[in-house]
Amino acid sequence: MLGYITKIREISERLLKEGKVDMVIGFRKGTVPMMNEPCVVKNPENVKELVWDSNCGINLANYLTDRKEKIGVVAKGCDSRNIVTHLIENKIKRDQLFIIGVPCKGMIDRHKITSMFAKEIKEVVEEENRIIVRGDDYEKIFKKAEVLQENCAICIHRNPVIYDELAADLVEEQKDVDRYEDVRRIEAMPAEKKGNYFDNLLSACIRCYACRNACPLCYCLTCFVDESRPQWVGKSINPTDIRTFHFLRAYHCAGRCTDCGACERACPMGIKVREFTKKLEKDCFELYGWEAGMSLDERPPLDTYRPDDPDFIK
Amino acid sequence: MVNPYLPYPVRIDEIITETEDKNLKTFRLVFINPDDEEKFSYKAGQFAELSVAGKGEVPIGIASSPSEKGYLMFTINKVGLVTTALHCMKPGDIMGIRGPLGNSYPWDILKGKNVVIIGGGFAFTTLRSSIVYMLDPVNRPNLKEIHVIYGARSPGMLLYKDELAAWESRDDINMHITVDGTDDPNWKYNVGFVPTVTEQKAPQGNDDTYAIICGPPIMIKFTQPVLEKLGYCHDNIIMSLEMRMKCGIGICGRCNIGKEFVCKDGPIFTLARLNEMPKEY
Amino acid sequence: MKVVKIDKRNWAGKLEKLKESYRLFGPVKDNEFHIFERLDKGELPDFNYFNTRLSPKSIIYPQSETMLEFSLDKSKENHHILKETDTDCSPRAVIGIRPCDAAAFLLVKRNFDTAEHKDPYWVKAYETTTFVGLACNNPQATCFCTSAGCGPFYEEGLDLLLVDMEDHYFAKIITSKGENLLEAAGWNTGTDADPAGKQIKTMKQEAEAKITSSITTDKLKDKTTTDLFDAPFWEEVAFACINCGTCTYVCPTCWCFDIQDEVNGYSGIRMRNWDSCMFPLFTLHGSGHNPRSTNMQRVRQRFMHKLKYYMDKYDNGIQCVGCGRCIRLCPVNIDIRKVCDLMNSYGD
Repeated sequence: MLGYITKIREISERLLKEGKVDMVIGFRKGTVPMMNEPCVVKNPENVKELVWDSNCGINLANYLTDRKEKIGVVAKGCDSRNIVTHLIENKIKRDQLFIIGVPCKGMIDRHKITSMFAKEIKEVVEEENRIIVRGDDYEKIFKKAEVLQENCAICIHRNPVIYDELAADLVEEQKDVDRYEDVRRIEAMPAEKKGNYFDNLLSACIRCYACRNACPLCYCLTCFVDESRPQWVGKSINPTDIRTFHFLRAYHCAGRCTDCGACERACPMGIKVREFTKKLEKDCFELYGWEAGMSLDERPPLDTYRPDDPDFIK
Repeated sequence: MVNPYLPYPVRIDEIITETEDKNLKTFRLVFINPDDEEKFSYKAGQFAELSVAGKGEVPIGIASSPSEKGYLMFTINKVGLVTTALHCMKPGDIMGIRGPLGNSYPWDILKGKNVVIIGGGFAFTTLRSSIVYMLDPVNRPNLKEIHVIYGARSPGMLLYKDELAAWESRDDINMHITVDGTDDPNWKYNVGFVPTVTEQKAPQGNDDTYAIICGPPIMIKFTQPVLEKLGYCHDNIIMSLEMRMKCGIGICGRCNIGKEFVCKDGPIFTLARLNEMPKEY
Repeated sequence: MKVVKIDKRNWAGKLEKLKESYRLFGPVKDNEFHIFERLDKGELPDFNYFNTRLSPKSIIYPQSETMLEFSLDKSKENHHILKETDTDCSPRAVIGIRPCDAAAFLLVKRNFDTAEHKDPYWVKAYETTTFVGLACNNPQATCFCTSAGCGPFYEEGLDLLLVDMEDHYFAKIITSKGENLLEAAGWNTGTDADPAGKQIKTMKQEAEAKITSSITTDKLKDKTTTDLFDAPFWEEVAFACINCGTCTYVCPTCWCFDIQDEVNGYSGIRMRNWDSCMFPLFTLHGSGHNPRSTNMQRVRQRFMHKLKYYMDKYDNGIQCVGCGRCIRLCPVNIDIRKVCDLMNSYGD
């Protein structure tokens, strides 16, 4: 994917120079290993800031919500599906956007890699299919497939579903992927075990809301956890309140979540918050044959109905 | 160690509905432990945190005057969780109060000076406190001319109507009451917005004349240039700010403008001082 | 200067003894990372760590803390009247706190312990706690403590400083509180202060030399606050920010809180919870007006508070100890070092 950079810069420079867009939203190189920073470029001279590698896991659709400018946006497969969702939900207009599509080969899991080393990671270098992790007196080489984010490893929509120009040729989509192995494992647990599993999962939560705020779907002006009249959820770190937040957030994302993994990547405590959203994603797939953000012509299942819906009231 | 978060218990003595929309009520509160009244020694312009057990606290300007003994008065607009709960309470109910909090109007500086009070809407509360304080026979000789410009949307939205009428009939205070508009044929005072009435009625600014402004942001925005035109320097324009607050003692961190905490270093600032602070209020 | 030598062979046993007179807290590994926790019987602090994921501020200032309590039952005496909640004020000791995190408490103290008001919860917790530091022999790439007013062997804010010498620790006594703790544990093997001091000094210099990351703050004090506030770079600094509370919650020097009532049946509590200037609700007025309604305004508030307002208010350095947590944990890689340099060099 490293070769994409030249093309992204070239397209961005052209768009800005020709005045087709007011800005380009992309990524710039981070200051710590395995991190890039979402950034905006308005001046064609600054397109050299833009980068692309396997550390661009933040979903850039999140930066488009309610913007008024004309925007060029770098979008991998999942970002593009969230752009579609944004378009359906009127959070941005199609004619405001120039989508620079990035056929994606997956992002690397910074939590996973960090937890593999007791010593500090000083540098993570990426080659075409290899990830080299270096510290003061060590070096370890991984195949990229070994250290992909979990959502990327099971991704079946790596290519952008909507774009104006591509940064590279389309990649081959992964086939025969078992997307829901982990959800089934939890579904099979008896109730008590399931409860304990969720309690453990959330025990580290500090309610910073990084998961919610990294999510392009969570654009409510006032989130239900912030309502005071009525106050739906307590504000402390009481486990029931924490659970309520995560469960309800997942439900609010049902039928809209693209499993982009931005929530999980953003969590400073390394909580696998996708365990919740994925269950709803699976249900929507199994009940309604629905995958979010694949088409501009169809509304998400939970804001429409069909007489043959399994839960249609007869 | 004194716990600054612990409210004094008070009993609601009386509740008066002030305005025709019934959104403003004045609460008269009496300390349950008489000793607490002495500890709660305040100046006009200060505020308190009113506490309703189970609902929380809300910062409200003190509407009674230090010269009025035996009770405290607060006029409360029904807006959020706590103020709505307060509006549902009845005389005899128990609540709490923390304070007095914040600075006051600069009464030392105002000694021997002309004072022009400019107020709009329901922000007239600490101004009422100030007027009653200034008109107290002990204090009145310490001040020169007193002018009051007070406006509301309509006659029915004015606070403290009986007192306003009483002040109108006095000759040691110049009242300029105004409403944005009215179809009441008996309305005998001004019609027009506060900035306009200020331009017409306020005295010229000079070293000995101070304006105290308290009102909605839009009123403040348009009154400020009027005062400048009248010759008021920024040291002589005194304003009371509002901010979301919790602790009220400069600790919880939310009500800052630059390094100043509105709850502790304010809520009262001269325009000269505000000019040196970030415009973030 | 007094230094006591602690043989690692009797470390565990003496710590157990210490638990008779102190509630001990220390770093332990929980899942993938270290956090500070109460050390129960038989539990030892795990010193094999760079620094904890979350700062130890929650030991003195818990994320959720009950302040007052009340009853809404009208048949009860004193119903609807708030009263203080009992808190455990027995002695505590934090074993293995990093010097930067201990120094952070001193910065926070200026807020909670003032001439006018003392926050009784924070002050009591702080005063009853003994801080046993663990000198940082191997700082991280994101550590910039040496340019933020402290350092890997910094002593202010600590009562004792432990220096790991492979088979033993040197415990440098900094305060009488620290001395009392050594006595309670029975660590009394005095050592010749001169050579020990020399060894510690050498290690300190080595550790400081390992810190290659830095910020420059020399010009901040003389900058006009409103100029910095109106500087054009804030939009760009704030662009990536998603306004989560990560930076503020992991920061050892962030202290803002919210006060909330919670009721269960007829009994209720007034509690405080950490709050964050990153959240729009933090400053939202009842009227709907919000003086910090935009992402940029909130990001600017955080950096201006840490690097300028705090300096303006106390004239005693910045509100940051250089622990680097916000850099390591920010989901979108906003880096305080970059922002500080932008501020410090603005207008030059």
